[in-house]
Amino acid sequence: MKKFSAFSILKEGLTGNKGWKPHWKSVEPKEEYEVIIIGGGGHGLATAYYLAKNHNITNVAVLERNWIGSGNTGRNTTIVRSNYLLNESSKLYEHSLKLWEGLSKDLNYNVMFSQRGVLNLAHSLQEIRDSKRRVFANKLNNIDAEWLDSNEVKKYCDILNISKSSRYPVLGATLQKRAGTARHDAVAWGFARAACNYGVDICENCEVTGFNIKNNKIESINTSKGSIKTKKIGVVVAGHGSVLAQMAGFRLPLETHTLQALVSEPIKPILDCVIMSNAVHVYVSQSDKGELVIGAGIDSINSYQQKGNFSVISGQMGSLVELFPVFSKLKMLRTWGGIVDISPDASPIIGKTPIEGIFFNGGWGTGGFKATPGSGWVFAHTIANNQPHELVEPFSLNRFYKGKLIDEHGAAAVAH
Amino acid sequence: MLIINCPYCGERDESEFHYGGEAGITRPGHPDKLSDKEWGNYLFMRKNTKGLFSELWFHSAGCRKWFIVDRDTVTNEIVSIKEISKKI
Repeated sequence: MKKFSAFSILKEGLTGNKGWKPHWKSVEPKEEYEVIIIGGGGHGLATAYYLAKNHNITNVAVLERNWIGSGNTGRNTTIVRSNYLLNESSKLYEHSLKLWEGLSKDLNYNVMFSQRGVLNLAHSLQEIRDSKRRVFANKLNNIDAEWLDSNEVKKYCDILNISKSSRYPVLGATLQKRAGTARHDAVAWGFARAACNYGVDICENCEVTGFNIKNNKIESINTSKGSIKTKKIGVVVAGHGSVLAQMAGFRLPLETHTLQALVSEPIKPILDCVIMSNAVHVYVSQSDKGELVIGAGIDSINSYQQKGNFSVISGQMGSLVELFPVFSKLKMLRTWGGIVDISPDASPIIGKTPIEGIFFNGGWGTGGFKATPGSGWVFAHTIANNQPHELVEPFSLNRFYKGKLIDEHGAAAVAH
Repeated sequence: MLIINCPYCGERDESEFHYGGEAGITRPGHPDKLSDKEWGNYLFMRKNTKGLFSELWFHSAGCRKWFIVDRDTVTNEIVSIKEISKKI
């Protein structure tokens, strides 16, 4: 792999840019691997990378039924933060945020991680109380968090409408300054390149069609490119977790929904932070290209369709314009959808499954992107050691039988 | 946007309805006699079918009755709609 540096850019610039090579090789799967990762999104590629880097396991294949990053990795709104309320979640997401802070250097790939600050708005007295509680909880977990009143919010983001005559006035916000955005495609590409550099095989257009399980142990899997032997499989898919679990013969508490997002026409820099509102339900940031990147909640019905309902988009546009009257004349360029796997407590499911040798990492719902490096790190540890990393012990599938839910959805008062 | 043919009111826009998720989940008669596994299965585990899926809908802005819709979760095609019989 060619190392990227200022010198290599200069050299290539002077010699006609003819020396650049593809960032990774897409190969046909071999007959057998030590570990197979199903799903070539950010989480799957990160898992493969950390298996190689942290655990010296390089006989690994990442199977992707489409192309690298074609799923939710390339469809999300790229927000990265760790200001969760509950100890279990905040530790997991903070671990991830710390990895983000060194990721570009670690991967030798610019993932454009921009710590521009995330504001979570509060619109009611109860939300003020909940938000302050979350700030205190974050501080106890050594996570940076601040409470801003409405005037301080206005100072931080001066185009925000804090008028008292709004239907849901902005009464304040929590601020995490270390939070921000990253370039999602680059995250997938960077992990793919770095994993490939360790000798991991990346197999695109390779769909898993079945598992061969004997005495409750995984022996091999069937794919659109033939059968592959292995003793360990990491299922790291979004949306299709239930489909794969059904193939393997166990059940998951997931429901698949469409989550939509959209971008506006590009405009000059106007919004230098991320604004999220749970109550009116919209979140927005501005990409480096100048487009506003906007998202909100899921479509209510179970769906495996990567397109959603217009009424959901029109609802979030109403919220956006209420918060930012300055955007009211802006045209929206593109809308799209991804399918996300929602768990009952809106927390991910990571760890062992009832089948020996099959590990699961999914149920990230609407907020998985921010966890990409951390998720890969802890899942690689879980696969390599045959037991859950300490950060993911509480996130096991078993919690739904023990009643130990990590109910971040109800408690956090933050959009996921 | 789906057009849903309510068995009581006829065709209406999806926005008049609320979604109720997987149909046919019956609350166990004696929860105290169930194991944690059985109780967890009832509470949380879902089919989440890719393809033809039987689900509950509630005509919240209309007749306020529940009914069952068989819909393809890949194409959104509604194959059949029926009233809820006493036992589902």
